[in-house]
Amino acid sequence: MSIFIDRTTRLLVQGITGRDGSFHTRQMLEYGTAVVAGVTPGKGGQAFDAGPAATAPPVPIFNTVADAVEETGANVSVIYVPPVFAADAIMEAAAAGIPLIVCITEGLPVLDMTRVYPFVRDHGARLIGPNCPGLITPGVCKVGIIPGRICAPGPIGLVSRSGTLTYELVDQLTRAGFGQTTCVGIGGDPINGTNFIDCLAAFEADTATTAVVMIGEIGGTDEQDAARYVSLHMSKPVVGFIAGRTAPPGRRMGHAGAIISGATGTAAEKVHAMVEAGIPVGDRPVDVITLLRERVAAVGSAVG
Amino acid sequence: MNIHEYQAKELLRQAGVPVQPGEVAATPSEAEAIAARFGTAVVIKAQVHAGGRGKAGGVKLAKTPAEARAHAERILGMSIKGLVVSHVLVAQAADIASESYVGIIVDRVSKRPVVMASPAGGIDIEEVAATTPNRIRRVAVDPRYGLQPFEAMQLAFFLYHDVRRARAAARILRQLYDAFIASGASLAEINPLVSTPTGELVAVDAKISIDDNELERHPELAALRDETAEAPSETDARKANLTFIKLEGNVGCVVNGAGLAMATMDLVKYYGGEPANFLDIGGSSNPEKVVNALRIITSDAQVRVILFNIFGGITRTDDVANGIVTAIRQHPLRVPIVIRLTGTNEQEAVRILASAGLSAVTDMDEAVRAAVALVGAESVS
Repeated sequence: MSIFIDRTTRLLVQGITGRDGSFHTRQMLEYGTAVVAGVTPGKGGQAFDAGPAATAPPVPIFNTVADAVEETGANVSVIYVPPVFAADAIMEAAAAGIPLIVCITEGLPVLDMTRVYPFVRDHGARLIGPNCPGLITPGVCKVGIIPGRICAPGPIGLVSRSGTLTYELVDQLTRAGFGQTTCVGIGGDPINGTNFIDCLAAFEADTATTAVVMIGEIGGTDEQDAARYVSLHMSKPVVGFIAGRTAPPGRRMGHAGAIISGATGTAAEKVHAMVEAGIPVGDRPVDVITLLRERVAAVGSAVG
Repeated sequence: MNIHEYQAKELLRQAGVPVQPGEVAATPSEAEAIAARFGTAVVIKAQVHAGGRGKAGGVKLAKTPAEARAHAERILGMSIKGLVVSHVLVAQAADIASESYVGIIVDRVSKRPVVMASPAGGIDIEEVAATTPNRIRRVAVDPRYGLQPFEAMQLAFFLYHDVRRARAAARILRQLYDAFIASGASLAEINPLVSTPTGELVAVDAKISIDDNELERHPELAALRDETAEAPSETDARKANLTFIKLEGNVGCVVNGAGLAMATMDLVKYYGGEPANFLDIGGSSNPEKVVNALRIITSDAQVRVILFNIFGGITRTDDVANGIVTAIRQHPLRVPIVIRLTGTNEQEAVRILASAGLSAVTDMDEAVRAAVALVGAESVS
């Protein structure tokens, strides 16, 4: 089992012929993901060559998402278009009835997101991202850019605001023998489609997930809200990590959302809220593994 | 990107907001000439991207052109929070009956632009929010419809009880909202919005921050950037498409990805060191980016050790290794370097580094500990 993506995922790639889109489409095909369609306006009717490494047949390309959905029954879309077109691409996917939209693109203006967010919600769709690495259900399906070889199937759910820091933690989990049900990167922007609580609720409901790792960073109050949610609604153990303890206030630390405004959004505030809610937080990435081992053992012995 | 007060006021003026008349001067005699032309008392205001200008002596009232010249002489060239003042705004002094605050931010929780109004004008709004939160009223605007007249009036009647000034304030709120949307701002505020003894409203100070992600489609706003207002190394990094923030420590960090870069800085601190910077070389890093990154880091005289932390996913570690070797060939290092890399094409990267006499480790903790130890050893000797 897993959350959001599984064996029934039929993936559409928006921006399939671009530099990033084509590279990552090949990676996703090699991982075994069912990529059923691509969209590039003006290239409808052509086919995307998956390359020699893939055993999959060429992927048909369409001019619009609506055409692609009608012809192929795609039910998840991943977006690799440049930032100025990304808001429109997300809305096009939602309007075509795609229930899960994953936007990898970084650099969307935040005012675009204030219009996109209600549009997606009104169409009953879920958006993951923007500015995120996507998600992976190890051994089954990969949507986005998380390197497949660092993941392994197993019982741990992982949700993170970061990209390469996610890879670091996933890699350490896998090396320590903790495989994953699904790893989700929700993105580093101030307004994103899916937050920690959405993912924690999904992991709580997923029978295969036994514990969750959440990786946050400075900026906003999403981690504090998630901590409150965990203390009220989750039975499964959660352990955490927060990046940005040394970040100066008022500066944007790479991610548009990673900024301490006034006294809110500091790492100390987040760590405090999480620890209060019973979520142990590692000082170093490697401590997360130790904390997870302790929590999983404690739950195991309580059940046994 | 922050813009100066005089630039923000110009954007507001174009949107129809009544703004206190003023002109920019770069020399004391320009300031004197502007004051003479106005023929009124003027305020000389330092144009820097820093709060607390008044307390620092960067805002002065001048009753005569000669006084304007004298104040401009003192303020031009002065340093406020490390930023040197190169321009002053010479503005007509306003008669003040009362001061209010109006502003707009993008709120992460409601995921909407939020318009705020407070009768406690002239002071920092975060201070008002912390001490007297009932003195602020907010409206979260649905961006699909924009700020509606009734919403603007609700806020305006919170500021003024007479309908004449309330209508004027509501008009200013809607003009501010239009300017906020049109310029792709993440923050726009008028503080104070002054009511004169005759009941006229006028914007006396203004601040606008533009969302960096909007600059590509607003070249006219991108042109407002004042490079003298940023650290030279940060300007250099921006031109090389690197995200760089200078800090006070001596461990220079080069990392791929913002989250991992923050975690690396935190780990440096955890092991007793101080990071010299935040630097994210981004995802698909070509060797040239690495060369630029090393050049920027080594130009900081405080840096005593360089720490690379690369987790190769999309980033190819052999690209990074090639960049390091090229950079060192061009500019031999005067400080030690510690390299951690793992992931895509790792074996090729190690071979490239070895051919240049360099080595790498695969564990993040080990690399950070080694870098901090090198700084410690050097300061002892």
